[in-house]
Amino acid sequence: MVDQHRQAAVVEFEHVTKRYDAPAARDKGKPTPGAVNDLSLTVPAGKICILVGPSGCGKTTSLKMVNRLIEPTAGKILIDGVDASTRELTDLRRSIGYVIQQVGLFPHQTIGDNVATVPRLLGWPKARLNERAEELLALVGLDPAKYRDRFPSQLSGGERQRVGVARALAADPPIMLMDEPFGAVDPIVRDRLQNEFLRLQETIAKTILFVTHDIDEAIKMGDLVAVFQTGGILAQFGRPLDILAAPASEFVARFVGQDRGLKRLSLLRISDVPLRPAVTARPGDNAADARRRALDDPLRYLLLIDHGNKPIGWIAHGDIPAEGGLSESLANPSSPILNKRTTLKDALSMMLDADVQTGIVVDRTGAVQGLLSIDTIADKMREGEHAATFDQVPPPDPEIGEPDPADDPGATPDAVEVRA
Amino acid sequence: MPPGTKVFDFGWVVGHLGSVGERIVQHLQLSILPLILGIVISLVLAVWAVRQHRVYAPITAITGLLYTIPSLAAFALLLPITGLTLITALIPLTTYTLLILFRSFAAGFTSVPAEILEAAEGMGYTRRQRLFRVELPLAVPLMIAGIRLASVTTIGLATVASVLGGDTFGGLGQLITEGIQTFFPTKYLLGAALSVLLAFSADFLFVRFERLITPWAHARVGAG
Repeated sequence: MVDQHRQAAVVEFEHVTKRYDAPAARDKGKPTPGAVNDLSLTVPAGKICILVGPSGCGKTTSLKMVNRLIEPTAGKILIDGVDASTRELTDLRRSIGYVIQQVGLFPHQTIGDNVATVPRLLGWPKARLNERAEELLALVGLDPAKYRDRFPSQLSGGERQRVGVARALAADPPIMLMDEPFGAVDPIVRDRLQNEFLRLQETIAKTILFVTHDIDEAIKMGDLVAVFQTGGILAQFGRPLDILAAPASEFVARFVGQDRGLKRLSLLRISDVPLRPAVTARPGDNAADARRRALDDPLRYLLLIDHGNKPIGWIAHGDIPAEGGLSESLANPSSPILNKRTTLKDALSMMLDADVQTGIVVDRTGAVQGLLSIDTIADKMREGEHAATFDQVPPPDPEIGEPDPADDPGATPDAVEVRA
Repeated sequence: MPPGTKVFDFGWVVGHLGSVGERIVQHLQLSILPLILGIVISLVLAVWAVRQHRVYAPITAITGLLYTIPSLAAFALLLPITGLTLITALIPLTTYTLLILFRSFAAGFTSVPAEILEAAEGMGYTRRQRLFRVELPLAVPLMIAGIRLASVTTIGLATVASVLGGDTFGGLGQLITEGIQTFFPTKYLLGAALSVLLAFSADFLFVRFERLITPWAHARVGAG
């Protein structure tokens, strides 16, 4: 792995406003950038902050005011406490990585030269430029020997986008601005690029401002999400989980979508919820005793495990013989095997497909750790709905009923933790 | 044509290689100088027009007007002012290149995609760096297309100028004039053929030159 300085900067917007005059007659029809109205927010060092909102909401304008492609009408942007407007313009821009949707690679330069753009502007020696270009291509997963001497026209959209990221990182800037960086590639490539980028960020830990109009991308990529609404107004700023749990306005609730409970589930992992103990037995164990224990449990299923505590399968209490020993042939193996890293959304999807709708959570050795029930997931979803004062969804289905806190002792303290 | 003379006398050509060579060199000078002047002037005008869109239309109008003046008339109009000097040839030859060169240069600059300009600006190129390292190289294919056209036109018009200018201008046009005056077809046919050859060669050279300096524009898409 390449040695990256884990340097990042704090970016602060202080009452930043950008107003546009009515467009001149000859500019009619051109897309006008969105105005920004009294924006104040702080992006801590090393975090990904997503600016999301409908088109014309000022998210791109806000981004471009950081590297001063657009100058604010009023207010200040501070980078590590220094007012960006006092910095020398080209010097400021060379210290900020910039990635745009259309990538904008220079078609007349090789991939290697493209990547080394900013270091070259900074006057690095030639040998160091080549070295740096190769480091960065390797960092974004492109074989330097294969790609260095090609021209941009010889690359696929996804490869070009990776080169765009490498180019933005070349001079190791403390800040990266990314304007819909994965907007122009197909959904499968986008998903892969997003995952790669999140992994990369674990290494480089830059302060990243990232514009998108896609709420799912915002939730997936953001440590923090700033939701903008038309007119350049910051509607809500916070962690994705908090925004999904408690949208600050009707606009935010509508923008994040009525399925925000499900979206929360894609952010939560099994390690975030309490597990139920399983009633377990091994082949050969006394059946009568196992049957009694299964009947005592609300689930009324017995989980047969082997000597390494690995699950073999379920036995319904009615199938447990009244006497004698348990045998493997009784067990019905169909139930999803989950681990602590599985998201609740994936777990739910797998459990709905299974005969016994209870997930078996195992550790790295495959040994049973506990059970995940659909009730537990439903409780976690409802935590979001408690705050849903802006929803226009119909009232909760009476069949589901109110959650009974006594049902799951872990739910209450967890809920407090999430809201805190 | 007196009876008994050959239509084309190769022996004469071989015997006069020196003076024919001199005419070729003169013709090249007569063509290259206006071309260089035209390129410099058009480049300045094109950069100006790309920066300030409102000057594009007036520049096109003026260079278009200059282009419509018939070549013979232009030389004749200049004679009383500049006399029978090289300048009388250079001025019209230069102005004739401007319309073609200015328009192709401006087209070259405007062909640079907006996102590339934005990326360059966002990464901290100064305006001058962006012009010379990004806009100019990317404009080259369209610029050279214009230069090819202008060079062929200029080589042709230089023949007209040297027909008029006699010894002052020199050039292949003189071979043609002298050949006609002395009823010696070898000379005027040679003059005509060499002008055509010169025009073809110039065109070919610029095509090769363009491929040489813009390898990126010819890189095979998806090449292994």
